[in-house]
Amino acid sequence: MTSTTDEIPLSTTAERQAVTNGGVAPEKDWVIVTRGLKREYDMGGEIVRALRGVDVAIRRNEYVAIMGPSGSGKSTLMNLIGCLDTPNAGEYWLNGMLVSGMHEDELARVRNKEIGFVFQTFNLLPRASALHNVELPLVYAGVPGDERRKRATEALTRVKLGDRIHHRPNELSGGQRQRVAIARALVNTPAILLADEPTGNLDSATSEEIMGVFEGLASEGQTVIMVTHEPDIAAHARRVIVLKDGMIESDDRRENFRAKIHSTGGASKIGI
Amino acid sequence: MPFIEAVRLALAQIRVQKLKSFFTLLGVTIGVMFLIAVISIVQGMSSYMENDFAAKMLGVNTFTLRRFPWFGDGAQSEAEWRQWVRRPRIYHSDLPLVTRAVPLGSRIAVESQEFLIAATQWARPKQVEAHAVDGDYFAIKKYDVASGRLFTNQEADLGAPIVVIGDEVAKYFFPNLNPIGRDLRIKGIPYRVIGILEKQGSVFGLSLDRVAIAPYNSPMHRFTNPRGDVDGIMVQAPTPNEMDEAMESVREVMRGKRNMRPSESDNFFMETSASALAFMDKLKTIMTTAGTAFPAIGLIVGGLVIMNIMLVAVAERTHEIGIRKSLGARRRDILRQFLVEAATLSTMGAIVGIILGIVLAKGISMATPLPAKVAPWSIVLATLLGTVVGVVSGVYPAKRAAGLDPIAALRKE
Ligand SMILES: Nc1ncnc2c1ncn2[C@@H]1O[C@H](COP(=O)(O)OP(=O)(O)OP(=O)(O)O)[C@@H](O)[C@H]1O
Ligand SMILES: [Mg+2]
Repeated sequence: MTSTTDEIPLSTTAERQAVTNGGVAPEKDWVIVTRGLKREYDMGGEIVRALRGVDVAIRRNEYVAIMGPSGSGKSTLMNLIGCLDTPNAGEYWLNGMLVSGMHEDELARVRNKEIGFVFQTFNLLPRASALHNVELPLVYAGVPGDERRKRATEALTRVKLGDRIHHRPNELSGGQRQRVAIARALVNTPAILLADEPTGNLDSATSEEIMGVFEGLASEGQTVIMVTHEPDIAAHARRVIVLKDGMIESDDRRENFRAKIHSTGGASKIGI
Repeated sequence: MPFIEAVRLALAQIRVQKLKSFFTLLGVTIGVMFLIAVISIVQGMSSYMENDFAAKMLGVNTFTLRRFPWFGDGAQSEAEWRQWVRRPRIYHSDLPLVTRAVPLGSRIAVESQEFLIAATQWARPKQVEAHAVDGDYFAIKKYDVASGRLFTNQEADLGAPIVVIGDEVAKYFFPNLNPIGRDLRIKGIPYRVIGILEKQGSVFGLSLDRVAIAPYNSPMHRFTNPRGDVDGIMVQAPTPNEMDEAMESVREVMRGKRNMRPSESDNFFMETSASALAFMDKLKTIMTTAGTAFPAIGLIVGGLVIMNIMLVAVAERTHEIGIRKSLGARRRDILRQFLVEAATLSTMGAIVGIILGIVLAKGISMATPLPAKVAPWSIVLATLLGTVVGVVSGVYPAKRAAGLDPIAALRKE
């Protein structure tokens, strides 16, 4: 399952090392390490290979964007990182724990404690108030009611929705809904914040506003991994991983990515 | 997720879908309603039998020597019945024998009864329950007069044409009149009314106040018992302990008189409240079994409805389940959520059913002679049953929900 080192386009040798030591727990710095991650779907005999061996190493406090054409496997990778799905092959280490091969209940615990997931379609409970939606992860963490409400209110205040806590999703704008989802993702202080096209359903002004929220979180030290189609949104990140056909095509620091955009003529879009 | 959270969630869900919840409850409600009503009526009947009927009709420490049982469940076979009617009758002439046999202080009375036409000039002729009695009949039956008096021993011995009448007889035959001292004609023979019994009420809707009681030696006995036999000889032992002794002695003298061999079984019967109540127990079992079948079907149907509705709910709420799983809900959290919801639903159904069942039982006891008594254990049973039906019918849908794959569930809108 180990791929040939020189083929993997990684930014640093440290990262290269982290992903090649198969079966060994990575150093403490690395919040995410995947080694040869594969995910295949059996579509009635025809095998769809959504991920064909992905090696990624992400440090604590990194702000990473994942890009790539439609169908390249971005969501599949996010779902694996988010423990919503399990790989067919490969290793996935989260915070020093080997997640691949974990039992269902352990995965649920990891989802609850280590991961905050923000979806393109918000995925809020339609009949529950913003407060109740944000409380949900705490409910499954077994936090008592009073503390739950306190922490959920704090999380909502943090995304500037302190005055909307009793509103239901259909009484909120798209941007506000996504803020509720972000508050929900953050309420249990997860190790990583994952976002799969969080602005995909929002207009550009609202997208900017939501990106501002992620920017703020990242600058406070929150590890953020975000899938996006938009180069100018990816430009907020300090590192960009590009997927193609279920493989990593490039993995660049911000400076390199900026240079790349320049060279492909996309700079005007980013405005840097 | 703690249990209390699951209950709160279930209540919120039920509140949101009021109409659907109502229909879901219906089966359980109806099942429990009939269950409570049936149990209440069976309980009412048996407590009535034990407390009122046995005491009123048969008396305490009392047995009645009869040709065959009156209050039991009848002959078990055609052959037994034929054997019963071939038995020798009990005659008034057996009385001295029985009197000598029973312990000192016992009360003894003959009982002889027939429905006979009575008349006065103030009312149209009508049937009364005519009794020809003697001895300590009134004392054993605990009958007392509301006005007038009972017979004296002398009047009883002489067979004076006098009568003590029940409350209804007095009101019917002597409207707005004082019956004391007036004549009541029974089968054409005039009897002077000397007393009116206290109101006795009714047993299973049969009034105990339609009686006209005359001394055995009066002309009455020729109509109640034309052959010289009596319905029975009632014996009341002075204490419960002496009851068995009295029954044994009477058995001995009767067998002696009838020259029975030791191998022969008794050709008479000594009826006690216990023997009548044993029959009641049998009746109770039959009624409970038959009466529970209907509610049981209701509960099963209710359970199936809940299962069906829960399956629909699981399908409708797949996306919600996906969201919950993505936020860290474990298989058992989802399982519990749906189980608690099903159980809460059907427990609510059961509670509504209990209330309606009590109302139904009270209604039946008001509209019919059947008495009703709500047993606390039946309420506990019905509540438990409701919960169990909910849990059982919720298991399959809840398992389906809990086993959903988070990604697949999230994708479903
Ligand atoms: N549940 C599934 N069953 C079968 N094939 C799937 C499933 N999920 C994803 N795939 C396939 O895996 C491949 C990668 O899909 P994925 O959703 O990861 O792409 P993506 O990069 O997120 O695309 P997009 O930008 O359009 O969201 C696609 O070819 C897709 O058809
Ligand atoms: Mg996608």
